Amino acid sequence: MRRSAAIPYLLLAPATVFLGVLFVVPLVQTAALAFRADGAFSFGNFSTMAGDINFNDAIVNTFEVILLAVPLQLALAVGMAMMLRHVRVGRDLVLWIWSIPLGISDLAAGLVWLAILTDRGYINSLLFHLGIIPGPQSWLTYETPTTLLIAIVAAELWRATAVVLVIVAAGVQLVPKEYAEAAEVFGATPWQRFVRVTLPLLRPSIQTALILRTVLAFEMFATVLALGGRNFPVLMSQAFNAQYSQQDYGVAAAYAVLVMAFSIGATLVYLRVLRTPPAQLP
Amino acid sequence: MTSRTLAALSALLLAIPLAPRPAAADTLFMSTQLRPIEEAQKMRDVILKDYSGKVTYVPEEPAALPVRLQAEQQGGTHTISVIGALHGELEPLLPMKGIVPLDDLAAKLADRGIPAGLLTLGKLGTTHQMYIPWMQATYFMVANKQALPYLPAGADLNALTYEQLADWAAAIQAKTGKRVLGFPAGPKGLMHRFIEGFLYPSYTGGLVTTFDGPAAEAMWTRFAALWKGVNPNSTNYNFMQEPLLSGDVWIAFDHVARLLDALRQKPDDFVTFPAPAGPKGRGYMPVLAGLAIANNAPDPQGAAALISYLTEPATQLATARAVGFFPVVKADLPADLDPGVKLAATAIARTENAKDAVAALLPIGLGTHGGEFDKVMLDTFQLIVLRGGAPHDALAREAPILQKILTDSGAPCWAPDPPSTGACQVK
Repeated sequence: MRRSAAIPYLLLAPATVFLGVLFVVPLVQTAALAFRADGAFSFGNFSTMAGDINFNDAIVNTFEVILLAVPLQLALAVGMAMMLRHVRVGRDLVLWIWSIPLGISDLAAGLVWLAILTDRGYINSLLFHLGIIPGPQSWLTYETPTTLLIAIVAAELWRATAVVLVIVAAGVQLVPKEYAEAAEVFGATPWQRFVRVTLPLLRPSIQTALILRTVLAFEMFATVLALGGRNFPVLMSQAFNAQYSQQDYGVAAAYAVLVMAFSIGATLVYLRVLRTPPAQLP
Repeated sequence: MTSRTLAALSALLLAIPLAPRPAAADTLFMSTQLRPIEEAQKMRDVILKDYSGKVTYVPEEPAALPVRLQAEQQGGTHTISVIGALHGELEPLLPMKGIVPLDDLAAKLADRGIPAGLLTLGKLGTTHQMYIPWMQATYFMVANKQALPYLPAGADLNALTYEQLADWAAAIQAKTGKRVLGFPAGPKGLMHRFIEGFLYPSYTGGLVTTFDGPAAEAMWTRFAALWKGVNPNSTNYNFMQEPLLSGDVWIAFDHVARLLDALRQKPDDFVTFPAPAGPKGRGYMPVLAGLAIANNAPDPQGAAALISYLTEPATQLATARAVGFFPVVKADLPADLDPGVKLAATAIARTENAKDAVAALLPIGLGTHGGEFDKVMLDTFQLIVLRGGAPHDALAREAPILQKILTDSGAPCWAPDPPSTGACQVK
């Protein structure tokens, strides 16, 4: 009896040790690093971070991209998942093609969009051949912040909508058809069935997808770096510069703590706003 | 399966990654230079081809070199034998006892004809030879021949001033509507070196001591005006050879290694010339890389043999051909030299021999604060030139930050600032 009781713990031990050593310990060390300067407790790293000439831009840019990209990604993913429900033949193929961007690294995605949008890129070549522009038109410079933002949001949409889609599509499959059929019997229109029946039942999947997507969006880095470089600072690129260019590990840790705080905050908001009412729990 | 076998299995799984790796038999050559993949590949396939021993060439970011070396010194596992790095990057390795004196090796290499000035730099202020000079380079300008007709009247390309450069770019913009002047101000570009070694010395005759003040304010005002003729993609450019080859940029400033591809591929399309001069002369930054041997190196004999090989005249010429770093030893450039390399060599010689030349060293003595120092320069540039801020306000904001870096690191002034006792002071 005793032996078999120990087995689950033994089996869990490697994973627990692994996470503890490689995740919790660095996390605590990072937090300790952020709050220390010259060997004493201090907010010095945070004031250095906030005093950086690009700090405000980094906050604004990060939130702009998240607030534009995440809702659009959710809408697109839900729309795609709903369409997928009506595909009978080749459903797997469609899903497979839609999730190709999942397999592409952030940096590669950024470089793909850079090739499209650079001065002598595909967009400009097309516009030039159509006679719309007389010569190379810049989209990604510090003089064109609006198109730069649009380009980064577009690249994020292309790259990461699939993450949301996969989770939502799985959730859609779990929604029993009976509810929608019952609503139809009572005369609900397709829109009413979607808003009143399907969406509330999708709530747990949407919650998971939003938490995952938003936390990852706070960590966006390589795509932005490829497209925006120095012109579009975000929190993660600031942390990278502090760590590698300035070798100011305390400030880099402060950025990490700030990103973690934002991620936890966003997660708590989603958990609260999108919680499933107790009455609906199975 | 019993719990005992399970426990044994878990223990085995945990133990596997902890088993020590077998030691490498090759001489490990770690270098902060020739880092880009093409250059590293040329190092392995071309420059080291005729070396008799076995070498593992490992490029490393400059900021990571002292960190890794310190980790090896403290951890007791020594892998690095030879270190190749810039003068300013080798210098912080001295106080942490990361490199050993090479007086015997220097005596053996006496017939190579390394200039005494370079050997003195290699002593890093001590009485011992701490590194052997390896190769040198500098920054200069390249222009597409299409730009030459717009050169202001009376301007001599080899004695250009910043005012003439601004007029030149403005003239091209007025006639063609294109902004064709380019600077490497991208995330991996060397814009900070332009500010530190070229702009400031040319306008103020110094860098740190003259960082703030009327001369610096006037300089930034002039440079912000010049920037009106600069291609706005400059903040994305890391290697100017790329926009030069694509034709997006006609006139560019960069490090020779980052221009050489353009000169090599289209030697007939381009001319090379020294960076412009300002009111205080023609500021320029010579770049000297050296070879050192790590303290407790696993293979000191191999390290010495490798350094000897790399400083042979034939290897030095092969290095110049392959990666555009020029010999530090006595080696005549052969007549059949690649025309692109010849263009670069001419510009470097003209820069060094210019009558009004003001040599500015790479920042020295900043230790791990080097990155923060560069950031002050780039932040000032961003505030004034890219954001259109008032030079007076930007300099007043950045000067105390610069002073704190110098005070914290205790770095004395370096050329062209006059020597100081104690940390260099912003005036």
